[in-house]
Amino acid sequence: MRFYEFETKTILARRGIPVPEGSRAANAGEAASAAQELGGAVVVKAQLLVSSKAGASRSDESQAVDSPEQAATATEELLKIDDGGRGPRGVLVEKVHAATAEYSLSISYDGTAKQPLLLAADVAGNIEDIADAHPDRVVSRHFSALVPFSDYVAKEVAAGLGLNGSELNRMAGVIARLARLFLDYDLTQADIQTLARLEDGSLLAVDCFSDMEVEAKYRQKELLAEFGVGEEDTRSVREPTAFELAGKKIDDDDPRGIIGPVVEFGGNVGLVIGAGGGSLTLTDAVRKAGGDPANYAAIGGNPSVAKAVALTKLVLGKPGVDKIAVMSNVVSNTRADLVARGVIKGVIEMGFEPADKITIFRVPGAWEADAVKILNKYGVEYCDRSVSISEAAKRAVDKING
Amino acid sequence: MAMFIRVDVNDELVAATDGLAAKLIEVCPVKIFKAGADAASVAVVEDNVDECTLCDLCLQGPEGSVSIVKLYED
Repeated sequence: MRFYEFETKTILARRGIPVPEGSRAANAGEAASAAQELGGAVVVKAQLLVSSKAGASRSDESQAVDSPEQAATATEELLKIDDGGRGPRGVLVEKVHAATAEYSLSISYDGTAKQPLLLAADVAGNIEDIADAHPDRVVSRHFSALVPFSDYVAKEVAAGLGLNGSELNRMAGVIARLARLFLDYDLTQADIQTLARLEDGSLLAVDCFSDMEVEAKYRQKELLAEFGVGEEDTRSVREPTAFELAGKKIDDDDPRGIIGPVVEFGGNVGLVIGAGGGSLTLTDAVRKAGGDPANYAAIGGNPSVAKAVALTKLVLGKPGVDKIAVMSNVVSNTRADLVARGVIKGVIEMGFEPADKITIFRVPGAWEADAVKILNKYGVEYCDRSVSISEAAKRAVDKING
Repeated sequence: MAMFIRVDVNDELVAATDGLAAKLIEVCPVKIFKAGADAASVAVVEDNVDECTLCDLCLQGPEGSVSIVKLYED
């Protein structure tokens, strides 16, 4: 779950990483007051969980100004940013500092190496972009999540940036603090995209963001309470829709199996899909086949028939959805026959014929033979594992789009 | 009304087997059985019948005391 920049800076400052002097303002008046207090040139930065649009740059979401009046005007403009979701949570008004050099630090979790990965570059910006454009300017180092972070690792990375003497020590200090807070706060990402070196040699975290592992919410209750993050808030980009809340309720009401995150889209292809990453692949496959998904909803973990019934009714009852596709990768812990019972029962209880509403059923795996018997009885097309996910998605889309 | 499964209970056989009614209620993972009119009998919870996982635990009593019928095999 993403933290706003002002929240990330609160964490950094608490752990001894210097950040620019400034404060968050909820409106133009507060921004003008903040600018007045800081004096001189300030930067006004919209507080967004994600960029407002693909490819948006920092300059699209922040403005450098020279007076309180300009800060107020900039704030009025920045607060109008439409990010398709929550919108800006105020602006951050910060003093502008002249930099003699800029760096970038990033810590994320490398799922392949199963260790945190520390990246550093001697240029500011998104570390992935820097790695693409200037791989020779990026220093990388894995470190253990199990044992205390070693200053030696930090010094090694700082040395890799070509620093020595006091510059090396200062940089190593920031790196070590960033690594330790990454572990302590259960972060999945901690980036200082602009780490400025000032004229006196000190370092300042100018642009930064962080993400926390959502499953760590119970461990970070104090911090989340401080930031006003409610127990149910996962900091998703937008507030959940009524459709999504209904999906969550279905899952909450019945502990048998799971319905993963139900996400509402604007299309007409109703999806009852499952099997972990398979559900993502299936959604992509539907899009690739020219379909427009109405939703994402991963069902699995051996759901009850009642749960499959409820999900089917939710998806098929969504305005604009006339048919559903029931698909998954090969399943072992979810019974194909129970899913078949659920979707067919759901359709019938809505007053429809299963063969008219279920375009395809591709749930190969446990109890498949019984699923086939059920589907045959109701005239629903069944696909076994010999039919690829892509082909199954194409058949579903063809039936829905005619 | 269940669409996929039918559960038939032979009340006489269940009643004739000490403890069988209580055991049926205990073992069914989806609570298809509930207490009947007396301690020696069970009633079928119709709303739960389609949840039957075909585990066959209820079939391990005397033959014919409980039968599970897959309606999709008609």
